[in-house]
Amino acid sequence: MSSNPSMVKKWLDPEAKPFLEFRGVTKSFDGIPAVRDVNLAIYQNELFCLLGGSGSGKTTLLRILAGFESPTEGSVWIDGVDITNVPAYERPVNMMFQSYALFPHMSVFDNVAYGLKRDGLPKSEIAVRVSELLELIRLSAFANRKPDQLSGGQRQRVALARALAKRPKVLLLDEPLGALDKNLREDTQLELIKIQESLGMTFIVVTHDQEEAMTLATRIGVMDEGYLVQTDEPHTIYEYPNSAYVADFIGDINLFECVVTDNEAGELSLYASQLDTAIELDGPVTGAVNQTLWYAVRPEKMRLTRDPSDAVNALKGVVHEIAYLGDFSVYWVDLDCGPRVRVSRPNISRLDDFAEAWGEEVWITWDGSAGVVLSQ
Amino acid sequence: MRVVRRLNTLRRDWLSWIPTVWLGVFFLIPFLVVLKISLSEATIAMPPYLPIFEWIEGSLLEIRLDFGNYLFLIDDPLYGAAYVESVRIALTATIITLLIGYPMAYVIATAREPRRTLLLLLVILPFWTSFLLRVYAWIAILKTNGLLNGLLMSLGVISEPLVILQTDVAVYIGIAYTYLPFMVLPLYASLSKLDRTLLEAAEDLGATPWISFLTVTLPLTLPGVVAGSLLVFVPAIGEFVIPALLGGNDTLMIGKVLWNEFFANRDWPIASAVAIMMLFVIVGPLMWLNRMNAQHEEANS
Repeated sequence: MSSNPSMVKKWLDPEAKPFLEFRGVTKSFDGIPAVRDVNLAIYQNELFCLLGGSGSGKTTLLRILAGFESPTEGSVWIDGVDITNVPAYERPVNMMFQSYALFPHMSVFDNVAYGLKRDGLPKSEIAVRVSELLELIRLSAFANRKPDQLSGGQRQRVALARALAKRPKVLLLDEPLGALDKNLREDTQLELIKIQESLGMTFIVVTHDQEEAMTLATRIGVMDEGYLVQTDEPHTIYEYPNSAYVADFIGDINLFECVVTDNEAGELSLYASQLDTAIELDGPVTGAVNQTLWYAVRPEKMRLTRDPSDAVNALKGVVHEIAYLGDFSVYWVDLDCGPRVRVSRPNISRLDDFAEAWGEEVWITWDGSAGVVLSQ
Repeated sequence: MRVVRRLNTLRRDWLSWIPTVWLGVFFLIPFLVVLKISLSEATIAMPPYLPIFEWIEGSLLEIRLDFGNYLFLIDDPLYGAAYVESVRIALTATIITLLIGYPMAYVIATAREPRRTLLLLLVILPFWTSFLLRVYAWIAILKTNGLLNGLLMSLGVISEPLVILQTDVAVYIGIAYTYLPFMVLPLYASLSKLDRTLLEAAEDLGATPWISFLTVTLPLTLPGVVAGSLLVFVPAIGEFVIPALLGGNDTLMIGKVLWNEFFANRDWPIASAVAIMMLFVIVGPLMWLNRMNAQHEEANS
């Protein structure tokens, strides 16, 4: 997504100055590290997603940025200023909380106006800005309601408006769409992107939902056990994961252990012991002879066929299970050489050739460029 | 099915009757007895008042209500002054208790376990000693050559001993000390219910800790403030032991007046009238505050 033409990929430009930076940030709670040595540069107008499972440290990193936690080590910079020791109420960032944290004793209007009142803006200007924001979230008619008189989706929008009200340099969103049902979530995702692009703010979104991250982000930072394991564009993260963890966390993947058998002028030959076959590879991969590597192929890049004659990589197996998901089906195939692989197949026609292939003997094929080799 | 349901409603009715019966036996009947005495005429006899109902020649019921006791209360400025003084002293003491109790409750509510339980226990601990004993202990602390003056003088803070005992200040101290748990516990309950992320949200939006306290914490814990204040204020108005032991001769509180009428003057009807009037002095503001609180709760829910 994120198809804003004005959005130049600043992270590719070594000259570009990052807007926001984590420099060697570590945070421990009672000696247990939650965030470990995170170095991250985020550029203006980015919609950056921090993605990770629960306990991966993504929320802690966001809270460090908001000023609710102070890092045990390292520093945080916004726009060239070290804000590590600036209290939360003086930081140019605002946060949309996972629980929304709307003030229950205040009306929608007063909730949205809260930050503006703290800035000491004149009443008339507050009224104008709040009504603009309520217009934006289409809740003008609800200005006098209390939060508990609103639906979940409405509350979520009020929380967003309240966080946007002060026009912060950076907006932090902690699982912003977590509590919404699927349809509403998809609509809201597009709405968020629209708002972000029209206001020209930098958004940092924490989420555990990889699909959400892929939809929203200009770049994704994947976190695991406190480490920032990979930071890249969604496409790159998906197609060129840098570790088995990332490959497995984002989408599904078939992983095979293999050994480098030959390294001739940088062109590797791989032998997958589990598959008992040599792997044909396109493109450059580095590795020393006898090094153990992971060979990873995504399910949608594998094909089912009954005739493997012109395939580069082909393995025989038996269909163990078929999961029909509507737009595509997932096949679990037990390979004759041992491992079970996942193959996904788009349901292009109503009655697919393999729709009832349980127990059938099939071939799995894939191109040389389909797989990635991972060193960890 | 239907029988079972009937039985269930019956049982529920029984349960709802328990507080009603309780209030009837322990509140309404004594109240009516006192009301009756307050409307009768004093006499030197046993009991020291005349009956209000009398059968004349076995067939005629004579009811004699003497409102003179109430008129006397209005006539004699002593009683009016005592009511006003009681409310003033109780109110001052309640505010002092609130100012001490709120920070205490705040610290307890934000403390981590097991510290929190320990602190709560410490708040309730004084209840395990006799109330009378604890008030007596304050005499030893507050008197001219007592512990407090000794400490302050040895520290060089003061050169002359402070006269605290037998003043209103001693009564404030006594009430604040005695009723502090009643203030702290409801405040603790509403403070520990408070969602901490609301404070983070306020801080995030630019509120300094003090502003976020005033705009978020305080309004959301107002029900606790009202409940705690009522629990201190109401019994403090009728307090007798504390003004009798710690207050001076000129500390005029309705509890003391009542005690004097009852035991020194043995004028039961006047004493009863004082008690009934006191009930109205208390019930009035109580019902008003309760209604305010209910409206506040309703507005919040």
